[in-house]
Amino acid sequence: MTVAISVSKLVKNFGTTRALDQLDLEVATGEVHGFLGPNGAGKSTTIRVLLGLLRKDSGEVSVLGKDPWHDAVALHRRLAYVPGDVNLWPNLSGGEAIDLFGALRGGLDPVRRDELLERFALDPTKKCRTYSKGNRQKVAIVAAFASDVELFILDEPTSGLDPLMEAVFQECVRELKRDGRTVLLSSHILAEVEALCDRVTMIRDGKRVDTGTLAELRHLTRTSVSVETAEPLSGLDELPGVHDLSLVNSHYARFQVDTDALDHTLRHLTRFGIRSLTSTPPTLEELFLRHYDHGNDRVTTGVAQRAGA
Amino acid sequence: MTAFTGTGRLVQLALRRDRIQLPIWLVVIVGVLAALTSSVTGIYDTHQEQLSYATTNVASAVARAFNGAIAGPSLGSIVAAETFVFLSVIVALMSGMTVVRHTRQNEETGRSELIGAGVVGRHAPLTAALIVTVGTNLVLAGGATGVLVASGLPGSGSVAMGLALAGVGISFAAIGAIAAQIPESARGANGLTAAVLGGAFLLRAIGDVTGAPRPDGLAMDSGWVSWLSPIGWAQQIHPYDSPRWWPFGILVGFFLVAVGFAFLLTAHRDVGMGMVPARRGPRTAPRWLLSPIGLAWRLHRGVLLGWTIAIAVLGLAFGTVSDEIDDFAETSDAIAEYFTQMGGTDALLDAYLAYCMGLFGLAVAGYAVQALLRTRTEEASGRLEPVLAAAVSRPRWMLSHLVCVLAGVVVLLLTAGVTVGLTYGLIAADLWGQLLRLTGAALAQLPAVIVLAGLSAALFGLLPRWVTAVSWASFMICLLLEQIGELLELPQAVLNLSPFAHIPNVPVEEVTASPLLVLSTIAIGLTVVGVLLHRRRDLTPA
Ligand SMILES: Nc1ncnc2c1ncn2[C@@H]1O[C@H](COP(=O)(O)OP(=O)(O)O)[C@@H](O)[C@H]1O
Ligand SMILES: [Mg+2]
Repeated sequence: MTVAISVSKLVKNFGTTRALDQLDLEVATGEVHGFLGPNGAGKSTTIRVLLGLLRKDSGEVSVLGKDPWHDAVALHRRLAYVPGDVNLWPNLSGGEAIDLFGALRGGLDPVRRDELLERFALDPTKKCRTYSKGNRQKVAIVAAFASDVELFILDEPTSGLDPLMEAVFQECVRELKRDGRTVLLSSHILAEVEALCDRVTMIRDGKRVDTGTLAELRHLTRTSVSVETAEPLSGLDELPGVHDLSLVNSHYARFQVDTDALDHTLRHLTRFGIRSLTSTPPTLEELFLRHYDHGNDRVTTGVAQRAGA
Repeated sequence: MTAFTGTGRLVQLALRRDRIQLPIWLVVIVGVLAALTSSVTGIYDTHQEQLSYATTNVASAVARAFNGAIAGPSLGSIVAAETFVFLSVIVALMSGMTVVRHTRQNEETGRSELIGAGVVGRHAPLTAALIVTVGTNLVLAGGATGVLVASGLPGSGSVAMGLALAGVGISFAAIGAIAAQIPESARGANGLTAAVLGGAFLLRAIGDVTGAPRPDGLAMDSGWVSWLSPIGWAQQIHPYDSPRWWPFGILVGFFLVAVGFAFLLTAHRDVGMGMVPARRGPRTAPRWLLSPIGLAWRLHRGVLLGWTIAIAVLGLAFGTVSDEIDDFAETSDAIAEYFTQMGGTDALLDAYLAYCMGLFGLAVAGYAVQALLRTRTEEASGRLEPVLAAAVSRPRWMLSHLVCVLAGVVVLLLTAGVTVGLTYGLIAADLWGQLLRLTGAALAQLPAVIVLAGLSAALFGLLPRWVTAVSWASFMICLLLEQIGELLELPQAVLNLSPFAHIPNVPVEEVTASPLLVLSTIAIGLTVVGVLLHRRRDLTPA
């Protein structure tokens, strides 16, 4: 496996705040890599260091084999970036902004540009000042995806898109992957990460807390189950791997179960005659909670911050 | 819930946001008034000198164009002439900008959508902005009155003068309130207010120039054109000689009508939208836009066009007024004598032209600082980030802006030189000679202008979060040193802090190369420092 992005022991301070604290990150060439973490975890800061917009304090950073601070211009011809917060010039039209970003990066494919405009249903004649957040993001996304580059760095690119556009976005990323491009996708949305990413890195407080395929990460987590049975339920509270049990009545229970305890729990339930059963895979919040649970009382802030910051 | 629900909370919010800004405005305005008053009362302390000031004002159209028509040969009227028009422009700017800041700017940044989501009535933001601005003007009136009374001027006249300043302030608060409803950006609304202010200044200047002298030759009644301008109304109060109180009625009446109109406009538009709908743009970018320099030019050209028009109008006006100096010298013995004392008509004309060029230099320096700070606006707004994330190096990006700033400055100085040279050349029947001479005189300001721009560039590299405040502060210091430094009898070492102090007083003096070269070298050095420091630092958001 060749490496597109390699970060080790990266430290970045803003005054007295340590935004990145010995962060490690490895993205293989040709993969779609999910970059997860609650707000304020340091995702955008990492990405800005990768782009040479911020200067690292210490650690090693290499992007496409180059140093992003010293070789910024040469490097940027080979990558495209979608910022988390897209700010555009109010007087330029969307079409002008797209062409400008493309040209500054070294050119873009006009046919692909028009095709993307259509797929994202973006009117390029509107002035940027009149665009909503979602439309501003579309401008950056179209400009990035119409560029013929090796690496795409996307910082929460879909936070303002509606579900329909989110689907178009996912389709586009899959096409990139099929073409062998590398994508670093920072995101909050587990469904998106699940649908797209080969591997995931989770960070918190500027440190990596886990990395691997989603299946590997899932392994450590719990599934939520609601079950209704014909016979009164019993013995659930004694089963290993079952947590947060709540018996709504004797025939109806809700609980969480460790993934590796799923099999014997279901065997136990079938004895009571299952009337209905829903099971929900762990949400991103639960993934976070699991990872950020270890002896730290800031778990809830980690998740709560997602709304703010 | 009524349309005004939440006004009280918004007033508190506005006062909190402005807790530093408004006190600074007030202290500067009252402080400048105090300094000017004390120097004027020191200079014109005898009746003879007061008579001669009044005679000069009646005789000189140029003096009246800037200071207004004198109301009588008293010390108070001289103080009013020396301070009122100048200060009312500043008060008008403060008031208009404060209203825009708490209305249109909030809408533009989305703050008022947040406010609107809480319990806030439709008219509450504008009402709160007006309450804060009118209150500020009343405090200003109190402060000004105090300063004037403390200088020994009569009490009732000083109250009238303080209130007259506030009267201009509230008129422009109302104009700002209307302007805030029209375009979709705070910048546009401020520009509109400033344009109205420029018009108001010009109308009263015409009125004061075309006024009729009283029989005793020691006072002057403004012409009817003055009555088209809020500053003109306030001037007609004549606080210290035969004061009139009824112009306050016009000022307050105008305020009420204009504010009523602004509320009407608010009721008929959506939050965030303007009266002027946003226009469509092209589907694809023109080729020239597709480079850092193309983008920079696109960002600078609109503001530059506005400045070019303003400078051209002023240049034509200044050039045309020069005619008056000749005319007056011929009409009356007393005036001819005055001019002879001053060194003859030619010398006076040249002094006037040199004064104009100095003014243009300062104005263009204002443009240079504004245009250079565009770099910081781009960075702070987050628009620089995607540009630098493309294949654009930081020095290349910064140089693109610097080239545009320099080109703009040269265009503006040329405009000033050509317009004054053209009008004065036609009047003096020496078109080509004057055109060349005055264009040269205007361009001689260039080194000082670019020193201020270079300072901003260096600060941009060094202190990105402070560059805006510090740059404008340096500009204001130069402005004050140039405009009132000598009147305040500041030591030469202090006056020399302004780069403009080192520009030869062309066309009175000959152009000498060495100060111009030294200033240019300083400017280039500062700029290089700025580019290098910016290359080495983190991108810094707001
Ligand atoms: N320019 C800056 N100055 C000071 N602190 C910053 C700056 N940028 C980011 N931070 C801080 O660094 C931390 C990481 O922020 P960020 O990288 O934006 O997180 P994320 O993108 O994961 O939400 C936060 O605590 C944030 O407040
Ligand atoms: Mg972020």
